[in-house]
Amino acid sequence: MNLVWSFILIPFIAICLIPFLQLKGKAIAVYGTVSMIAILTSYLAIQALTGQNFNLTLPGSLISGPINLQIDALSAWFILIINFGFITGGFYGLFYMKTYADQPKNLNLHGILFVLLQASLLSLCAIQNSIVFLIAWEIMALSAFLSIIFEHEKIATIKAGINYLIQSHISILFLMIGFIWVAGKTGSYDFSAIHSYSLTHPGPLSLLLFLFFFIGFAIKAGFVPFHTWLPYAHPAAPAHISGIMSGILIKIGIFGILRMLLLIPVNYTAIGSFILIISLISGIYGVMLAILQHNLKKLLAYHSIENIGIIGIGIGLGCIGLGINNPVLSSLGFAGALLHTLNHSLFKSLLFFTAGNVYQATHTLDIEKLGGLVKKMPQTSILFLIAALAICGLPPFNGFISEFILYTGLYNWIQNAQMISLISIVFIVMGLAFIGGLALMCFTKAFGVVFLGNPRHTFHHEVKEVSGFQLAPLYAIAALIIIIGLFPKLFLDLLIKPVQLFTGLQQLPFVAFQGNGLEVLVSVSHASWYLIGLVLILLGLRKWLLRNRTITVMPTWGCGYTAPTAKIQYTASSFVKTYSKLFGMFFLIFKKEKEVQGIFPTDAHLETRPYDKIEKWLIDYPTVNFKLFLDRFRFFQNGKLQFYILYGIIFIILIISIPLLYDKVIQFIEFLKQL
Amino acid sequence: MLSFLLIILAAAFFTGIIIRTKSIASGRKGPGLFQPIKDVVRLFKKGAVYSETSSFVFRIAPTIYFSSVFVAMLVVPFGQSKGLISFNGDFIFFAYVLGLGKFFSIIGAMDTGSSFEGMGASREALYSMFAEPAFFILMGSLALLTGHTSFQDIFATLHLGSSITYALGGLAALVFLMIAMIENSRMPLDDPKTHLELTMVHEVMILDNSGFDLGLILTAGYLKFAIYGAIIFNLFSGTISYEYAIPMFFVMQAFLAFVVGMIESFMARFRMNHNAQFIVVLSSVSLLIFFGALLVSGKFI
Repeated sequence: MNLVWSFILIPFIAICLIPFLQLKGKAIAVYGTVSMIAILTSYLAIQALTGQNFNLTLPGSLISGPINLQIDALSAWFILIINFGFITGGFYGLFYMKTYADQPKNLNLHGILFVLLQASLLSLCAIQNSIVFLIAWEIMALSAFLSIIFEHEKIATIKAGINYLIQSHISILFLMIGFIWVAGKTGSYDFSAIHSYSLTHPGPLSLLLFLFFFIGFAIKAGFVPFHTWLPYAHPAAPAHISGIMSGILIKIGIFGILRMLLLIPVNYTAIGSFILIISLISGIYGVMLAILQHNLKKLLAYHSIENIGIIGIGIGLGCIGLGINNPVLSSLGFAGALLHTLNHSLFKSLLFFTAGNVYQATHTLDIEKLGGLVKKMPQTSILFLIAALAICGLPPFNGFISEFILYTGLYNWIQNAQMISLISIVFIVMGLAFIGGLALMCFTKAFGVVFLGNPRHTFHHEVKEVSGFQLAPLYAIAALIIIIGLFPKLFLDLLIKPVQLFTGLQQLPFVAFQGNGLEVLVSVSHASWYLIGLVLILLGLRKWLLRNRTITVMPTWGCGYTAPTAKIQYTASSFVKTYSKLFGMFFLIFKKEKEVQGIFPTDAHLETRPYDKIEKWLIDYPTVNFKLFLDRFRFFQNGKLQFYILYGIIFIILIISIPLLYDKVIQFIEFLKQL
Repeated sequence: MLSFLLIILAAAFFTGIIIRTKSIASGRKGPGLFQPIKDVVRLFKKGAVYSETSSFVFRIAPTIYFSSVFVAMLVVPFGQSKGLISFNGDFIFFAYVLGLGKFFSIIGAMDTGSSFEGMGASREALYSMFAEPAFFILMGSLALLTGHTSFQDIFATLHLGSSITYALGGLAALVFLMIAMIENSRMPLDDPKTHLELTMVHEVMILDNSGFDLGLILTAGYLKFAIYGAIIFNLFSGTISYEYAIPMFFVMQAFLAFVVGMIESFMARFRMNHNAQFIVVLSSVSLLIFFGALLVSGKFI
């Protein structure tokens, strides 16, 4: 009880104090609150991960009934992810926002929202009551919206924020349908009512209920085709908010899906196949579109969609394992999904923070104008490189571990599967391998064009590395990435309890990742150590061999071309040109070109802008047509006061008369029936 | 341990045989069998010239590329004896560690700020992306056939008995050969002797490397050929005893080198646009092998 009071009071006091403090005081208040809440909830979470759940019942009100709070192993895992993200993101944000020190009112709001965001996210993991869950969800969505539109003088930012707000509320709509359906049928707002309701109504009804929740959470998570808000919201937000959104906010959607899986017993094979198909499409579509983007943050946002697809593949595999009673497949599927949630939050937030560094130094996010930043910003480059290697799933980093777990699950499934499953396994393996290859192409492009080569644009201000304080949390994230890659067993042991929650759904025997499972991860880390050892030995050998030899530095070999400029190097669009032509039918690329005319060369101009086909067909097209249809009723809004008074009078007459006349109308109809 | 030594020995003469075959097919005598080794040793003795545009990435990329190929070599078994690294799912590690090498060679090329190298880098990224699914499906079919998931277990228990399994083995060897050609940038995807920058893929990525780094890159290339040769050998020889297996290994490597040399002599390189199509053909062949494996294991209803 004291814990809950402190959880509510600390942010409340901070929120009341923030507007009255000076800049430094504001920073201390925000970061101090975030850290204290993080420590508080992490303590509970670690206890839950080692077996001791946290349960508490608050008396609640007449409307909601008693409010249950529960932190079980699943919530604990997500709470730890959220806290790590907020601690590193908050520290980074403190120094990132220093450039906006001349907007104190904006900063007040931003600090308050940051605290609220963390508090609402953490409470979502623990609340077991529908109404309070929806309230916390709404607070989270609104604080995220207001945080995104920090730079509200730019129209693009406001449009992106409103896009996010509307789609967020569509997601809330679906969640509300699900919750109200259960509450209406059972009369209780507790989550256990959802569980008992679906037990008593198995079959298509509980499947439909699960689908409502799934769509609501999928919009939040960013599965295709509900993803269209992501690529607008993430670039528009300031860097630390983008990192937190991509690393943590979309994971709450995943948390919701997993929580509903635990509560609603459905036909696991069917749901698993459905989730697998959507995730595979999300993964492939996300990375295919990511490759085409010119805006660094938009590229990273599409990659978030891809990784949510990979997490979804893990969830789908786990569900199918539950459905076909295969304990290895289900434990590996859920373990891979949960570990990839942690991994993605780490490397994606690191990527967004380094992109924020780039933006702060150069004031542009357009890849085609960047280049050669490795000389000016070496630490940021190394951190971006580590995160890029991790996101491509390359050993010895953490992305490889979670993808390895998924592959192991798939190859184990092959042993016992029948024909239809085997065909789907082949396509999933192809999909995963394809996603890995595309991610490699995308990140070699991103790292190569932004950081390497020659600068493609001369900036009028100095481009220099950001301060050490801003880099400190990034090093912490990179360290964790490397630790997970080299010591995966530690984190797999933490995952035993959460995965057991899922395999327990079908009472499958869960032997902590042994057997055909994952003691191989020890061998994987041995192999990674061999790799690192060999690299270090070779680097040492090279240094020793080259110590007495002549090393000269010359301009790049240009095959005799005597006037090299920075413009002759490959741009990002040229890097992916062959790819975009090959897969042209999936893309929508707007091209504006002005060709050279006449005999003597004049200036020419070519501009391409990638757009999202799904957005065009799913969002733009229906919205435009709906507006056209509604425009026909414009005559109601003609601005004349007399008409509006008339509308009011008609409304009052109807409200009073219909109940009065209702009985008379029923009598009349009965009379007509007797005739 | 055995596979490690054998692959290194095979790498020593594999490329020499390819070059010798091509020379004799063109009517020349050609360099000696160990000329590639002598080239590498000469390079290891030299200094280096670095581009002023490049950074630490360019200096560490060849080392990481070589280490990744070396560690991949440690995974490959030989008949009944395991590689130095062997665990369930090690072929996944094999594919991804080679991917790590590719990543670094691509960004090493981008680091020079040269248009040639950017061209090579973009092509390399595209082709390697298509080759990955073929490998994974192929290993999936082999895992289905044998019921195991590590290189050593798969190859040790792969019994080629019926005509279908021989056909599958032949197709799988073809797929591996093609993957080897793609990874080493040989015909019909890439002509290593063209030296016309517009038409190179791999050669152009290493245009700016010199000295010790270039020696490492060349050695890694030789090792990769021997690695894939060893995998192809393993497809057919899981159960043969060592006295016969070791000589057969060298004979098969020599034969593969001869085949590669003949393909290079008598086939022109594909148009650049068709390269991607060609690589996707590999995935189709792998799917075919998968369905064949389904047939053999009786699950095809």
